[in-house]
Amino acid sequence: MTPPSATLAAAAALDRPLVIGGVEFTSRLIVGTGKYKTNQVMVDAIRASGAEMVTVAVRRVDLDRTKEEAILHHLDPSEFFLLANTAGCYTAEDAIRYARLARAAGFNEFVKLEVIGDETTLLPDVHATLEAARTLAGEGFKVMAYTNDDLITALRLEDAGCVAVMPLASPIGSGLGVVNPYFIREIKRRLEVPVIVDAGVGTASDACVTMEQGVDGVLMNTALAAADDPVRMSHAMRHAVLAGRLAFLAGRMPAREIAVPSSPTRGMLD
Amino acid sequence: MSATVSTSANRSQATITIRLNGKSREVRDGLTVRSLLEELELHPGMVVVELNRDILERDRYADVRVRDGDSLELVHFVGGG
Repeated sequence: MTPPSATLAAAAALDRPLVIGGVEFTSRLIVGTGKYKTNQVMVDAIRASGAEMVTVAVRRVDLDRTKEEAILHHLDPSEFFLLANTAGCYTAEDAIRYARLARAAGFNEFVKLEVIGDETTLLPDVHATLEAARTLAGEGFKVMAYTNDDLITALRLEDAGCVAVMPLASPIGSGLGVVNPYFIREIKRRLEVPVIVDAGVGTASDACVTMEQGVDGVLMNTALAAADDPVRMSHAMRHAVLAGRLAFLAGRMPAREIAVPSSPTRGMLD
Repeated sequence: MSATVSTSANRSQATITIRLNGKSREVRDGLTVRSLLEELELHPGMVVVELNRDILERDRYADVRVRDGDSLELVHFVGGG
């Protein structure tokens, strides 16, 4: 039997690489590093997911216990492409400050820009996001902007110089899947920069449906970290993202609300 | 005790108060950022230092001394989505 890794490689060979801001990725799955029960499970899950780009947050060093929380004690930055986020920021000013701190860490110019507008839904403040995106792009950042599923905002973010636009499937951490596939498709149709669906994926079928909309990638965290078995779920997501991508590229058959036999109707016995 | 010795002794014992990650902290007068990180057992390559809201470049850690009333933020990467 063909080993699973060969199957994955053969499937990936049917696709082209994902290019974001001039950097090539084979995997279309981007994963977060938050909320795992242990650091070892996090590392095992991320490896199982096949993701090359991983998100990290910028926070104060807890001067009482530093060793356990610093992500770089557990994740090798030569193995993964680090995408720092501005999670937790509620103003453009704060997001810009966090982005600058992240860049000063010295890994790359990329930032996942996230400016939250509401504590209950964690929906983005698109005005503040746009403002921060313009400033950061002007400073040479490669901005990947988290946004809602609004086409106009997505177009403005592209105009602002973002290297990727990342509409949500549904609210952060909700696991509700893609609530508006039409808007996601419309955004993908109209933008030239990669469209990565960020937030809301709950399980493998959600990831697959997301990729079937034709988007360039999916970013997830809670779906993996909060699964009973994050490593198994990461394997599932890796396959789901690939399955959805290939299904999109393959071009699905038209759906119709009548049955059509698959076997010949001729040649039946008397 | 001569004036010179006295001044020197005072300097070595003098402390200043800084704000470090939001908390007040007494440190030795004349302490460099690099020495501060060493005392905190932090690898300079693993943290980013913000001094009075401006990012301090790593190659300046050894030269810059913290001053009374300075506000420092030491940040690093943690898990996040």
